[in-house]
Amino acid sequence: MSDEIKKEQEGQNPTSSPEHQEDSTPGANPSRRDVLKALASVPVLGVFFVCWYQKKLDAEAKRAAIMSELGIGEGAPAVIPNAVSRSPGNRIRLGIIGNGGEGEALVRSAGFAHPEWVENSRSAAERNPRNRGYATFMQQDDLNVDLVAVCDVFDVRAQRGLDASTNKIGPTAENSTVGATRFLRYTDMLESPDVDAVLIATPDHWHSQMCIDAVAAGKHIYVEKAMTRTEEDTHRMYDAVKNSDIVFQLGHQQRQTESHIKAREVVDAGILGPITLVETTTNRNDPWGAWVWDIHEEGNENTIDWDQFHGPAPGTLPFDADRFFRWRKYFDYGTGLSGDLFSHEYDAINQILDLGIPKTAVSSGGIYHFKDGRDVPDTWQAVLEYPERDLTLVYSATLWNGHWRGRVFMGHDATMEVDNGLTIRAEGSSTRYEEKIDEGIIDTSRPMFTFQPGFIGLDALTSATAEYFARRGLLYTYRGGKLVNAYHLHIAEWLDVIRNGGDTSCNIERGFEEAISCHMATRSYQEKRQVEWDPVARRIV
Amino acid sequence: MNGAAKKGPGRFPDYGTFQLTALVSLRMLIGWHFLYEGVAKLSNPYWTSAGYLTESQGWFSEWFINLSNNPGALAVADNLNQWGLLLIGLALLVGVFSRTAAVAGIVALALYYLAVPPFPGMEYAMPTEGSYLIVNKILIELAALLVILGYPTAHRIGLDRLLFRKRYAETA
Repeated sequence: MSDEIKKEQEGQNPTSSPEHQEDSTPGANPSRRDVLKALASVPVLGVFFVCWYQKKLDAEAKRAAIMSELGIGEGAPAVIPNAVSRSPGNRIRLGIIGNGGEGEALVRSAGFAHPEWVENSRSAAERNPRNRGYATFMQQDDLNVDLVAVCDVFDVRAQRGLDASTNKIGPTAENSTVGATRFLRYTDMLESPDVDAVLIATPDHWHSQMCIDAVAAGKHIYVEKAMTRTEEDTHRMYDAVKNSDIVFQLGHQQRQTESHIKAREVVDAGILGPITLVETTTNRNDPWGAWVWDIHEEGNENTIDWDQFHGPAPGTLPFDADRFFRWRKYFDYGTGLSGDLFSHEYDAINQILDLGIPKTAVSSGGIYHFKDGRDVPDTWQAVLEYPERDLTLVYSATLWNGHWRGRVFMGHDATMEVDNGLTIRAEGSSTRYEEKIDEGIIDTSRPMFTFQPGFIGLDALTSATAEYFARRGLLYTYRGGKLVNAYHLHIAEWLDVIRNGGDTSCNIERGFEEAISCHMATRSYQEKRQVEWDPVARRIV
Repeated sequence: MNGAAKKGPGRFPDYGTFQLTALVSLRMLIGWHFLYEGVAKLSNPYWTSAGYLTESQGWFSEWFINLSNNPGALAVADNLNQWGLLLIGLALLVGVFSRTAAVAGIVALALYYLAVPPFPGMEYAMPTEGSYLIVNKILIELAALLVILGYPTAHRIGLDRLLFRKRYAETA
């Protein structure tokens, strides 16, 4: 019995197994057999590297073939204007005129957040780690500004502005030692020597006059889109700003989007071939998106300076809470889809293609769902012709469907979709890429090139999973390792130009183009006819 | 010779030729797989684990998503992944420090599995091939590594053979 146990035990002992007894004794130098068996996997490793190297060469060859064809770089745009802000320089004292929804967002992007917003966004991020609002705010650059003046016709909003100015949370606010003063009239704020620059976020009908007054007072201007409510406003405002020294920025913050700058590179390199049609869209599907905003419970004739609100709008009207809180529904104060949403889309296309003002514009639409007493259409299409560029710009919008259609640039050789990133698909009948398509280097069933800021390169060679992540733009908010917000960048650029000179990306010329193009489309709808631009007389006819 | 039978990894059972072939093949195939995963990520300048992490659902999703939101921690995680996979793969393939490599591989796969577990009620839009319910290929590879851990072969076919001999000599 003990023999069997011993054998069993010996059977587990490696040195007594027949295999090992053939090898050298323990402690002695390894035998040739040892070495052979030890290095058995090295040839396998060799095969691995040969195969991997071959695969890499193939991939490199394909990439080189396509990239030399495209003639653009894979990475971030070669030059991002004003991306690196130079040293903060002098402190700038800001005033906000119009501290509503958009105004507060601008003030926050300049570094000053209302305590309630801070609390809400912080707890929202705790509940849902994917929510990045709070983190984006806390990672802003210190813009070296103070918020010293607030003007809003609604007491509640004015107070919120004051509270934001003294809330020392955030990289800019914690270095600010002053709070804001409230001005009942914006003209008083403009007269104040303590204000260097103003953010204007009032309803559109006030933009022109306020900018003209700000220019007269020598204050730098950041004004929200749409630039103006009427063509007449546009001319007056353009003349005033053009003949002044102040720094002007129109609030089209999407100009800071890296993908737009990259898209411009793509177009300049001729990758899409001749473009004949550009389609841009808006789809929204809820009352909030159709400007049915909350009517504040404290909003009434006593807390709102109605006369100052209605101001330059036509005629005189009695106080109307719906008109105050939901002003976008009325042509008296804005231009509906044209000035609110088409203006952004137009400016994005203008940034990428340098289109300028169209020769003709036609638009039509109607109030097909929101029959709530508004006079702006909720479904609206506009067609702008650029015969000198051989292309048409189409804008299509509905406020009662949320399907995402995006922006599409249709060229003979390739189609490009631009959002936070961009995607380019080669056209099967392309002349430019015919050879590469025949050789199988370009696969027309998949994107030829995608760009997501800081994330991905040549898509033809990446996996479906990577493509999926790229399209969702999960990392688009990183630039230089920090979360960034386009409003913040746009305001930072404006401040940078104020301090260091240069030009803003959305200056008065771009603003003029935006305003006229949108007004052409609006007038076509209102007058039920095609309108034209007379470049000599500089008038819409 | 100490004849006491020690159980568990580290004690070397006796293999027949077929068993040895099967186990060595398994070890080398997993090694190659890890090695290529590591190498492929390293040679892609744009690779990051952030996409995978933000897909996370389940019990530890908050931790994984927070990791993807933090650029510093993310950089560390990306490096650990790329180099870890490469080294684990290399170690398994050539048969050196194979026990450590197997444990490290198990830890890595456990994290990958827990980040995106295929349980009922969890829908992922991320493309994958195959249909999985609780058991997916990550879990199977993890179990395969358990086999590698329990039935070591590197002391027979692998560089551990050279290292092992010296170690064994000292304890003789």
